[in-house]
Amino acid sequence: MASLRDIKGRIESTEKTKKITKAMEMVSASKMGRAEQNAKGFVPYSEKLKEVVSSIAQSNTDVSHPMLQKRDVKKTGYFVITSDRGLAGAYNGNVLRHFHQTIQKRHQSADEYTVIVVGRVGYEFCKKRNLPIAKSILGVADQPDFADIKELASETVQMYSDEEIDELYIFYNHYVSAISQKVTTTQLLPITNIQSGSGVATQYEYEPNQEQILEVLLPQYAESLIYGALLDGKASEHAARMTAMKSASDNAEELIDDLSLSYNRARQAAITQEITEIIGGVAALE
Amino acid sequence: MKTLTVSVVTPDGPVLEDDFDMVSCKSENGELGVLPGHIPLVAPLSISAVRLKRENDVTLLAVNGGFLEVQPEKITILAQSAEKPSDIDVERAKKAEERAKQRLQSKQDNVDFHRAELALKRALNRINVTQ
Repeated sequence: MASLRDIKGRIESTEKTKKITKAMEMVSASKMGRAEQNAKGFVPYSEKLKEVVSSIAQSNTDVSHPMLQKRDVKKTGYFVITSDRGLAGAYNGNVLRHFHQTIQKRHQSADEYTVIVVGRVGYEFCKKRNLPIAKSILGVADQPDFADIKELASETVQMYSDEEIDELYIFYNHYVSAISQKVTTTQLLPITNIQSGSGVATQYEYEPNQEQILEVLLPQYAESLIYGALLDGKASEHAARMTAMKSASDNAEELIDDLSLSYNRARQAAITQEITEIIGGVAALE
Repeated sequence: MKTLTVSVVTPDGPVLEDDFDMVSCKSENGELGVLPGHIPLVAPLSISAVRLKRENDVTLLAVNGGFLEVQPEKITILAQSAEKPSDIDVERAKKAEERAKQRLQSKQDNVDFHRAELALKRALNRINVTQ
């Protein structure tokens, strides 16, 4: 049995770890609250954009724009959203595993795809496996502004317009609830699925005309989808970290209980032994 | 008197939602004034100030990109950013103006030039709105 001092040392160190994980849990909980609000604040914008895009697309079938048309795929772009820091449970692992499996299933050589990555974990994952990284952004704020991601988003959309890539998929963790995040893959470009749920679309006048409006609208729409995914991903990140830290705190609690038990046992054993010794000594004197 | 409900939405959340008598703004084809009862319309906006009139008050907004969606009683402005004069950091805008001007004078390749021009427009727009 370990000595009393050893056990005491372990209890203390576990206690300290617990304090840290507990603090991180609370920090993540408050960050998650804000991230969730950001994601909600973004909804009206994306809904409205979607509504207008779909009403244009529905009202006139001969409207064409490269972003709405499928073309032969020579190169696929993958947009992967991960976090900068670890300690978020399976958050990064899930996205990256899913992403890596997809790549291995669909492509034979590295010339057929390119990766745009958000977050250090994803960046290092790709570097290590020699995946071609076209663009990356590290150190995204916990509560990102549209301005933070704007450049990367528009460059990505530009890559599609320049025919560097012929389709674009996005991988991220969708925020379902505080305890559940789901890895989600969406095809972003070409834009295929823009039927709005409302059914009846308003007939608009277009100033100057539909083509030019689509010219402005579609890149903005695609960028907004990327930003939406990022906000969603951030909310999931904080939620995942909160859950991970909560279970770490719980485990520490359990460990401390076990250790306290064996500490008390050891203490009792020491006392018993001392008494036995004293009694033995007295008996020897008589 | 009839009024229009104007809501201004950006990716960072709603900026403003209120009733006004008239909205005038600058679309890519020129000035555009909208009164209540306008037919449904969609128009892209240039980097400019949007003027929202209510009786004798005029509220200004610095809008960057985006477009205007008009319905008879409701106007939605969807922009990548939209700021009220009180939210604008004038110092920052002035610095951005300086930077953009320097970049324009250095004349390198075309992409940079285009971006600097947009940055300059945004900075000037912000400064104008606060004055």
